Amino acid sequence: MPYVSLSDKDVERILKTIGLDSTEALLGTLPDDLRIKDKLDLPDGLAEQELMALMQGMAAKNFPVGRGGLLSFLGAGAYNHYIPSTVAHLAGRSEFYTAYTPYQPEISQGTLQAIFEYQTLVCQMTSMDVANASLYDGASATAEAVLMARRVTGRGRVVLSGALHPEYRRTIKTYLNAASEDIAEALFCTEAGTTLVEAAQAAMGDEPACLVIQHPNFFGCLEDVSALAEAVHRKKGLLIVVVTEPVSLGLLKPPGEAGCDIVVGDNQSFGNALNFGGPYLGFMATKTEFVRQMPGRLIGQTVDRNGSRAFCLTFSTREQHIRRERATSNICTNHGLCALQAAIHLTSLGLSGLKALSEVNLSKAHYLRQRLLETKVCHAAFSAPLFNEFTVRLDKDADAVLKRLLKKGILAGLDLSRFYPALTNHLLIAATELNSKDDIDRFAEELSRA
Amino acid sequence: MKQTTDKGFFMDEPLIFERSSVGKKGVEPCPSDVPNHDAASTIPKAFLRDAGDVLNGFPEVSELDVVRHYTRLSQWNFGVDTGFYPLGSCTMKYNPKVNEDAARLSGFTGLHPYQSEATCQGALELMHDLEAYLCEISGMDAVTLQPSAGAHGELCGLFMIAAYFKDKGAPRHKIIIPDTAHGTNPASSALAGFKVVPIKSGANGLLSPEAVKAVMDTDTAALMLTNPNTIGLFERDIKEIARIVHTKGGLIYCDGANMNAVMGLARLSDMGVDCVQFNLHKTFSTPHGGGGPGSGPVGVVKKLEPFLPVPRIRKKGKRFTLVNEIDRPKSIGRMKAFYGNFSIMVRAYAYIRRLGAEGLRHAATTAILNANYIREALKADYQLAYDTPCMHEAVFSDKFQSGFGVSTMDIAKRLIDYGFHPPTVYFPLVVHGAIMIEPTETESLETLDAFISAMRSIAAEAKTEPELLKNAPSNTRVSRVDETKAAREPVLRWRP
Repeated sequence: MPYVSLSDKDVERILKTIGLDSTEALLGTLPDDLRIKDKLDLPDGLAEQELMALMQGMAAKNFPVGRGGLLSFLGAGAYNHYIPSTVAHLAGRSEFYTAYTPYQPEISQGTLQAIFEYQTLVCQMTSMDVANASLYDGASATAEAVLMARRVTGRGRVVLSGALHPEYRRTIKTYLNAASEDIAEALFCTEAGTTLVEAAQAAMGDEPACLVIQHPNFFGCLEDVSALAEAVHRKKGLLIVVVTEPVSLGLLKPPGEAGCDIVVGDNQSFGNALNFGGPYLGFMATKTEFVRQMPGRLIGQTVDRNGSRAFCLTFSTREQHIRRERATSNICTNHGLCALQAAIHLTSLGLSGLKALSEVNLSKAHYLRQRLLETKVCHAAFSAPLFNEFTVRLDKDADAVLKRLLKKGILAGLDLSRFYPALTNHLLIAATELNSKDDIDRFAEELSRA
Repeated sequence: MKQTTDKGFFMDEPLIFERSSVGKKGVEPCPSDVPNHDAASTIPKAFLRDAGDVLNGFPEVSELDVVRHYTRLSQWNFGVDTGFYPLGSCTMKYNPKVNEDAARLSGFTGLHPYQSEATCQGALELMHDLEAYLCEISGMDAVTLQPSAGAHGELCGLFMIAAYFKDKGAPRHKIIIPDTAHGTNPASSALAGFKVVPIKSGANGLLSPEAVKAVMDTDTAALMLTNPNTIGLFERDIKEIARIVHTKGGLIYCDGANMNAVMGLARLSDMGVDCVQFNLHKTFSTPHGGGGPGSGPVGVVKKLEPFLPVPRIRKKGKRFTLVNEIDRPKSIGRMKAFYGNFSIMVRAYAYIRRLGAEGLRHAATTAILNANYIREALKADYQLAYDTPCMHEAVFSDKFQSGFGVSTMDIAKRLIDYGFHPPTVYFPLVVHGAIMIEPTETESLETLDAFISAMRSIAAEAKTEPELLKNAPSNTRVSRVDETKAAREPVLRWRP
């Protein structure tokens, strides 16, 4: 049998040691009426070669994004970036990926130092004091941030921007359903595409726990973070800023400098492939004063007995294995390997690389937008400035256009009517450094024909 | 603070920020082939980073600097590939290499979650079939693959249980949890809005029907248990316990963390379980990743099926399609964006296909065999928490050693000197100085013997040379780490 290391002789010796004459006798601890009498109805096992052929066959039924595959302009919280070769080679070292949570710091300094560095990188990009080791994804991280804001403020009212990713909003509602459904949505301005400050203020009531905005928002529009921070701070609530495209942080003012109290989001863009939606990389950063209310693992620097620098898990008294039902969160396994991949990507880019990547994405998106608008087939839906993603309104039926472009091998964007019934024939379109000028020109040409 | 220094190949490695020097470049992005867009021409200055901003010390290193840095860090880590990792409750079995290759196929990694269903039929088919396999293994009627980890799965299950009672017009507010439970169980219950009712396990380490009967009432939504439990024992009275809970209209939630001991041998449905989470990173061999990502699918019986998170995968003829909330009005909604940790599902799917029914059963049987071997071999030197045959893990206490002034932590650290990852320690909480050993099925007899021999030597050292234990580990890059200082004087990031 695959993956088992005992010979028949070994099994005999073990049985003899434990004083049994068969493995059947060993299973006597299971009540007889609970035993499976026949065998499971599963396909027969495969040799490794057969398995690989099967998996290749399954993979070949898909049409992935990339060279020789589909040309994608889809974003909406999942971005197709180039991943440097360093990432797969270094994160692929099995000393990293076959380890578990670094409970024994003396033999886990590799994971611990790498994640300590990752926490620092997140702080640097967001201009916040402290970041945790990771959460599952941007949506669940945002839900955790909302719960944290409730703990910090002791208040219930949660206001979500209507321009926050719809699946993030749905996740928050699922998480809050059990506690209290005191959630309101703040409308976005249908002209600018950004959260209406007045609507947010009205939705907050007198005692908001938090206002949650996305920046750049779901439509690709840049929010006036400072103005929204001021609005929620006036009522002593917290501002949570969600960043689903952290490449923007190379160029945009970091949330920490714009009055944000908790930054969450998804670092998938760094080092993590599209992978059909997961695993991605939830992150959270906040101010020092809120660290005791933060969910998730934290790595801290300390010393060993000889006074040498060392790292270990810390502030565990917030966590489920110590605090049980009074923990700040139930999270245990997080997305450590995804965080390692992001850290390797970020350090490979370095300061100039991150800024350059940010500028390239900005330029590609603006070029794409200009080329698409020139076709006259579509129009700019919103007036707010953008970073890597934008919304257009089509004169034609969006579904039909998407289908026709798909026949040409192009994923033209996300039909927003899926989430916003009022936004019929609106497409959300993104560009990254992986979309060449030729690709963009071809998209514009095919769109004008569609 | 003293910096460590190189000792031959025991090399030192600073923080990446300390390797940084101004102007160094690593892997630069591809130059743009479109006209450069001046950010300041469309974005208000107040929205942009200040010119000359250096991101507060963001690293500037060469590509080789990066490669050496992470290679060195990897060498300071201990993984399953490095050696024996008997971390109880975590099922640190071998992570097959072919699964890694399968998960890295571009036909899987290159899929965008919002591309049209027609272009990702292979992925949907894989997910559909994995759901079916997990149903077959557990006996549950339906499975969602959406949750990201075991605790996330627990939370998802508890949300569904809450929704089920709310839907019946009779919300319930309590969850009964045994004192042997993982910390995630009470934490997930609280997060799902329930009050936790703790219940003691019996002198034999098992839950008794009487104890359950005494606390079970019509405000209790569910009993949440782990089977086999965290002491490595099978809850023999599970059927009777389930009957008691069901009679009062409650449900049974099973924490599936220990499924490795029962897959192919017994089905949760036959035990009366209504809801269970699977830990694909334990039972189904996907790597633990230094702390994730895992994957925590949830299986349910029919009456909970309407509450599963969306989207659901449906097969219509030969096509696979996603069903959303509009057609699933009772759904709890979403646990996260998109569909779950897909690349972890690919690995688990490959594992199940490689083993088949026979292989899964053989794996479970061998896991039990190996655990009982360790249990028998060590019971003279370490006190068994409960002296009965175990399932997949054996739990000892520190009773024989504590008299010599050494603790479970000392024993664990001394094991490192012998080249082994320590077992889970101080859990479950009901066992004093617990040492929880889960060898898994993938280890050889030679490895088990070497571990047993080390444990026996340590037991002897505890009597004669306890200092060896207290000063351990002595062969690692750092000696025992001061965790108290880390919490009292927090340094949670590097600063320039």
